[in-house]
Amino acid sequence: MQYQATVRIEQKAGMLDPEGTTAKRALGQLGYQVSSVKTAKLYEIVLEAESAEIAEQKVDEMCQKLIANPIIHNYTIDLKELN
Amino acid sequence: MKIAILQFGGTNCDLDVLHVLKDVVGVDAETVWYKQEDLTGFDGVVVPGGFSYGDYLRAGAIAARTPIMNSVKKLAAEGKPVLGICNGFQILTEARVLEGALTTNEYPKFRCHWTNLRVETVNTPFTSKFRKGEIIRMPIAHMEGQFYAEEKTLAELDENDQVVFRYVNENGKVTDAANPNGSLENIAGIVNTSRNIFGLMPHPERASESILGSDDGLRVFESMVDYITENF
Repeated sequence: MQYQATVRIEQKAGMLDPEGTTAKRALGQLGYQVSSVKTAKLYEIVLEAESAEIAEQKVDEMCQKLIANPIIHNYTIDLKELN
Repeated sequence: MKIAILQFGGTNCDLDVLHVLKDVVGVDAETVWYKQEDLTGFDGVVVPGGFSYGDYLRAGAIAARTPIMNSVKKLAAEGKPVLGICNGFQILTEARVLEGALTTNEYPKFRCHWTNLRVETVNTPFTSKFRKGEIIRMPIAHMEGQFYAEEKTLAELDENDQVVFRYVNENGKVTDAANPNGSLENIAGIVNTSRNIFGLMPHPERASESILGSDDGLRVFESMVDYITENF
């Protein structure tokens, strides 16, 4: 089976988000007053696996080993089957 | 004695470090392309600065996961010194041989200027030639230099005397204005608990000859070389 995993990586609570803060400031200059801007990274990973469970387990491993840095990031995995 | 200077795709401070070690300190050093993997015969390693793999994913993330880093870990396990400068520091944290992480500067711009640093400990193979509390000058050049670690880790770093340099003002005070990147507790460099792996954001190789404006950085390399002479 082929699966697509959408991995969303965001910084842990309490960490500075310089890119988000800069975007918020720039929005303010354009006249948009917003309470906060947060940035996150999205990865779409397509892989073959025997089942959804195995696919999710593999992607989780990838996140732990490379895609995310557990010291500074939280991540979520959203899996869907591709036809 | 021979020191290895690692080269990854995008490393660009390798030849500066080679110059300082060979021509200024006067020891044998060699650049090692990351595919070589084998570090047998080397007594120390420098992971120099640059933009390995375009800083893709996160600064240092890809280089940290290349097989040569296993050889670096093996060499470090023998007690031999490993020095990571700038991108090298980022690589060592990404390889989890140093605590914490280096993230985008609080004001997200590339900062390239001189900094004042306070020597927090001389009990490392890299700072034996300094005085504790001494104020020294070295330049920084980075965009991802904000040192971050969880509160518990920060407390351990302090407790174990692992913080080596902090950004300070000219009077040696830790202030926000002297902090170029938002690093927690103004941390500019740390060692591991065994004290033989050192990472720092400032560039000692760019402050190793007085013609460059400071030769304070030279003592980092001289200390490292002394340590190797005495122990290996």
